[in-house]
Parts: sequence; structure tokens; C-alpha cells
Amino acid sequence: MLLDLRRAVTVSIIFFIMLGLAYPLAETGIGQALFNHQANGSLTPLGSTRIGQNWTGPQWFQGRPDGDDPNATGGSNLGPRSKDLLDKYKERIDGLEKQGLTPHQDLVSASGSGVDPDISPAAAYAQVPVVAKARGLSDDQLRALVERHVEGPQWGFLGAPHVNVLELNKELATLR
Amino acid sequence: MAFVWTIVALVVVLALCWRFLGAYMVAVYEGRVRWLAKVERPIYRVIGADPKAEQTWKRYASSVIVFSAIALLISYGVFRLQEHLPFNPQHMPGVESHTAWNTAVSFVTNTNWQSYAGETTMSYLSQMGALAVQNFLSAAVGMAVAVALIRGFARKGSKTIGNFWVDLVRGTIYVLLPIAFVAAIVFIWQGALQTMSGPAEVHNALNGASQTLPRGPIASQEVIKQLGTNGGGFFNANGAGPFENPTGLTNFLSIVLILCIPVALTYTFGKMVFNLRQGLAILAVMTVLFGGWLAMAGVAEQQGNPALAAAGVTSQPSGNMEGKETRFGTLSSSLYDVTSTQTSTGSVDSAADSYTPIGGMALLTGMMLGEVSPGGVGTGLYSMLLFAVITVFIGGLMVGRTPEYLGKKIQAREVKLAALGVLVMPITVLVLTAIAVSVHAGKIGPLNAGPHGFSEILYAYTSQTNNNGSGFGGLSANTPFYNITGTIGLLLGRFAIIVPVLALAGSLAEKNVVPTSQGTFRTDKPMFVGLLTGVVLIIGALTFFPAVALGPIVEQLSHGMFF
Repeated sequence: MLLDLRRAVTVSIIFFIMLGLAYPLAETGIGQALFNHQANGSLTPLGSTRIGQNWTGPQWFQGRPDGDDPNATGGSNLGPRSKDLLDKYKERIDGLEKQGLTPHQDLVSASGSGVDPDISPAAAYAQVPVVAKARGLSDDQLRALVERHVEGPQWGFLGAPHVNVLELNKELATLR
Repeated sequence: MAFVWTIVALVVVLALCWRFLGAYMVAVYEGRVRWLAKVERPIYRVIGADPKAEQTWKRYASSVIVFSAIALLISYGVFRLQEHLPFNPQHMPGVESHTAWNTAVSFVTNTNWQSYAGETTMSYLSQMGALAVQNFLSAAVGMAVAVALIRGFARKGSKTIGNFWVDLVRGTIYVLLPIAFVAAIVFIWQGALQTMSGPAEVHNALNGASQTLPRGPIASQEVIKQLGTNGGGFFNANGAGPFENPTGLTNFLSIVLILCIPVALTYTFGKMVFNLRQGLAILAVMTVLFGGWLAMAGVAEQQGNPALAAAGVTSQPSGNMEGKETRFGTLSSSLYDVTSTQTSTGSVDSAADSYTPIGGMALLTGMMLGEVSPGGVGTGLYSMLLFAVITVFIGGLMVGRTPEYLGKKIQAREVKLAALGVLVMPITVLVLTAIAVSVHAGKIGPLNAGPHGFSEILYAYTSQTNNNGSGFGGLSANTPFYNITGTIGLLLGRFAIIVPVLALAGSLAEKNVVPTSQGTFRTDKPMFVGLLTGVVLIIGALTFFPAVALGPIVEQLSHGMFF
């Protein structure tokens, strides 16, 4: 028993150093050297392409209806038969319809992370007429823009097709 | 269609893991792998362990318990003292005592139930030095216990079942660390973070958005949380968070990492008992159960969200997207969450609480079967072998003959130990749930009203007692009541099963092998696969059906009602 105790303490210290310090610090070194951009959060002058942001108004493509607070991640945790969820949905649908937008499901249902940076291609196409009108651009021009930004499924079979809202709006801002 | 190829790819990759990782682990635990001997031998010297000296089951069990107790104290100490320790760029204060206690127990028992939110609670040192270290070590303990049980079946007339310290070290440095090391680099390449810098401030001139992005050494922790079937997220969103699980590829790799060791251990088992077909039979049962539960969740989540339909959006081509990420979609999300609850992982890439009633039921009942398909690293195999012992016992009763498994006579002592190991979990879950729904401190926990609120409580204790760690996240679990009662489930679900398993290993190792005869019930044939599947399902259904009926089943049947 006493021998076990001594062993438990020493082996814990060894593993603390090996797995708790050496391993993550070595990975940090490798990550920073090889994939500096990704390892630091895929930061661009407009924010991280991995983290969703709030885009309001008809002049922008809108993302998932998340809080977009990276310090409070997570889903709504409301169940499928929750009155609160139903009320939230009705409110969001009203808001979208007031802007003339079709309430596509991606724009009404919140994500799992609370900071989903993407929407499905269908949700982007559904916004084209409204954004085009607000910016005085043609529908065809914007449809082509969305098409250029459709990514995935990765390698043709992993995950689902999606459009990164930040990248989409970044190019949208340059269109004349 | 893309999803069919995801499944095909998963099957191919896991088949390779089964064959090669399985064989590698045989060699590791038999001491034939030496490429890190320069690291391995000095550890034995420092801790004073002789790799040749073996332990009886009692010594093995007491080593497991003493080691876990020390790990618990160290982790608790780090959480409490983190504000005075290095690697704390966000100046996090010490963690509250009941939260620190629940979290320490949770990570030492391979559960990773998290009543806290990582981004606002834990310093980098707590994440790396306490949480991630336990992700390795609790997994290595599970594998060690599984291998000890395999030795029990494989040996005859032996008083010993291996040396815990040696098994612990070998599993960690030869299996877990090398795989995690390589996988972390892939995750960083894909966009998972790995930095020691503090949060980043960003401002977008186009929309006026300002954000403070929490960061940290995420990738290194992310991969071991999957590989060790631990599941604790660096941030609250867990695998749904784009900084932890950035792409379709990392999502797929997460699933592979979770399943590779539990699946490969069936090969290790077959090889070590000198009959690969025995391992295949166990794998077949695991595959049947996994497939059934994946279909249940996958089909349910394709159906769309009832609240959204009631609000007027009847066209939901993507299925139920509440709580799901666009880059994964409903099918890959269901695959991930089912994988996580059929093992002891508990990480989620989509919010379990917002699944459809039947989808949520698939996650909940996956754990209720005892996490055997394929279960956690080590824990899955040894729990399934307990069911196998019970199955041959029931088979023996049917024909009136003393049952045997792998040439060992299964007698009263073995059956008692197996029954104890199988029954601890359901009893603990049901009693704790009953207490929580009867007292005020428990009843104020759920976020959702009606049957879903009951499901949140039932899910919490099922998850903790099965050492899973996923949650119906709406439950406000970070209270003294839930933190302390949950800890009871965590400890019983881990150690009240490990001790009977090791006792069983000791008892089997001493026995001699009975020669196979005409009357022997073959345990490597489809008949046994069917019987074992049935036993797992029937035990789960008999114990949990009434509780599940009050939660997800009522919810599913409440058409048009909202709570």
C-alpha cells in the first residue's frame, strides 16, 4: 500500500511533465512553425473565418441566428417540443419576413456551437434577391458570387456543403 | 450520398485499425514493443517497478485505486490553485470546491462530465496539466483493466494477472501518446488552435462586430479526448466549436479516433485467447448494436424540428438543424453523437438536448446498454465480456449444463461478479434520478419543461454513471446538489465495475482449461452473437424502459403539444 502510494505519486509527476507540459508545448511549437495561421485562430483583418459574426440588414448575407459570443459557446439546449423554442422561432421568422427574406431553416435554427461561421448554400441563395435589391446589383451576379463560395463536402464526402458568411460578405463588399 | 461514402471510409479505416492496431497492442502488452525503451525503462527505475514482477488481482486492484486517488488529489489541487500557477493568461480564479471536486472525479474516471464552461473557468495549466493528462491516464487505466481480464481468460493455474504499473506505462507511451501526437498535427493543419497566447481581439470594419476570441492549446487536448474516449471539450461547445472541430475531415477523424482502440481491442482479445473468431464474435455484436442505434438517430434527425414546423417552416430539407453545425449537417452530426454515446466519450458536435425525441432517445439509450458497442477504451471490452459471461450462464441454464467461456468453467462466483458488474450502473442511475426528481435542489435543474426536463435529469445521471460525460446541456448542473450526487454515480460507475472485473480476472486465471467437447456451447458462432445481443438488449430494456417511457417516448407521442 505504501509502496503503491509512492509509485502513484512519482508516476503522476513523470506523466504531468511528459503529457501535461512536454506534449502540448511540443505540439504548440510544431503548430506555430508549420501552420501558424490556423494554430492562432485563422485570423484575418475582419476577424476569424472560423467564428461566426452578426450581420444585420438587407445589404449583407446573414448567418445562423446565434449570439456569436465566442466566450459563451454552445447551443440553445431547447428541446424539440419547447414553448420557448417555438416563441423564439416565431420572433425570428417575423424579423426575417419584415426584411423581405424567406425564413430558410438555417436562418431560424441556431447552431450547436453558437458561433457557426457557415450557412447552407440554399440559405445563401434564398437571400440573393433581397441583398441584390439593397445593393443595386443583379441577382445573377450574386448567384455567381454564392456559387464561388460553396465549399464541401470536404474531399467530396466528409460533412455537408456550406458557405462561409464572412468570406461571402467580404467579396460582396467589393462588388460594384 | 456523400454520407454513404463516409460510412464506407469509416468501415475501411476501422478494419485496418482492427487488424494492425489490434496486433500492435498484443505486442505492447506482452512487452515485445521496445522502440521507446529509452523512455520506458527509466520510468520503471524511478517508480521502482519490475516489469517482470506480476500482481495478484487484489494487488492490481489496489494499485488502480491508489493511483486514481492520487490523480484525483493532484487534479483537484491544480483546479483550486490555478490562479497562483503559471500558464494562466486570462487570470482565471481558482475553481469552486464542488465544481473542482466533480471535475476531478469526472476526468479521473474517464467521464469528462463538465458542469463548467471551459472558456470561462479553466486556466491553460488546468487544461493541459490536469484535464488532458487525465485524458491519457484514465484511458490507459481502462485498457490495463481490459488486458488484465483478457489474461484471466488466457492463463491457466495462474495466481497473477499482470502488473498494473507496467500496463499503465505501456498503454500510455506506446499506444495513446504516439497516435495523439500525429493526430494533433492534422487537427492544427485543419484549423484547430494550438497556441499559448491569450485571447485575440478582433474587429470587423464592415459590420462593426467586435469579438474577444478565447484561444489555447486546443488541438493537443482535442485528439486525446477522442482517442481516450474521454470527451471533455476545451470550450463549452465541445466538438461543435469550430476552434476544436473545424472541418468535415476533423469531424471524421474524431469518430475514427474514438472507435479505433475499442474496435482494435477485440482483435487483441481474440489473439490473446488464441482464437481470433472469439474476438470477431464480440465485434459482430458491437457492430449490430452500433448500426441499429445509428439508424435510429440518423432517421430521426432527418425528420426536421417539430417546433420549427409549428412556427411555419414546413420545408426542412436539412433535417433538424437546431443545435447542429452547417459544415457537418444532420447525418455526420448524428454519426458523431451516436459514436460518442456508444462509447464512453461524451463529446458532441451537435447539441444533444435539441435532438428530436427519438434522436435524443438513441443517445440516451446507447449509454443505458452499458456502453458496450464498442464502448470506451478498455471499458467497452470488459463490460461486454461481463455480458458474455452472463450469456453463457443463461445458455447453460437452458440446456442444464455447467457453462463455459473460452474453456473456463463459469461457476457461481464468476456469475455473481459479472451480475454485480452489470447491475451497479442501472441501480445507481435509477436511484439518483429518483432522488433528483423528488427534491427541490434537483427539480430546479432542468431548463426545459415537461418530459424533456425529466430526460435532462435522467440523461445526466446515465451519462455520469456510465462515465460517458455527454449531457442534455440545458440542465443547470453546476450546483452543489448535482455536482455531489453526480460524483457518486461517477465513482460507482467506474470502480464498482473495475473491482468485480479484476476479481473475475483473478478467479479465471486460477482455473484450468476444460477441453472442448461435443456439448460445449460454441461462443464463436452466430448463435452466440444473437444470444449476446439479445442479453444486452433485454437487460437494458428491462431496467430502463419505464424511465425512458416517461421521457423521450412521452415527448415523441405528444403530437402538437409544447411544454
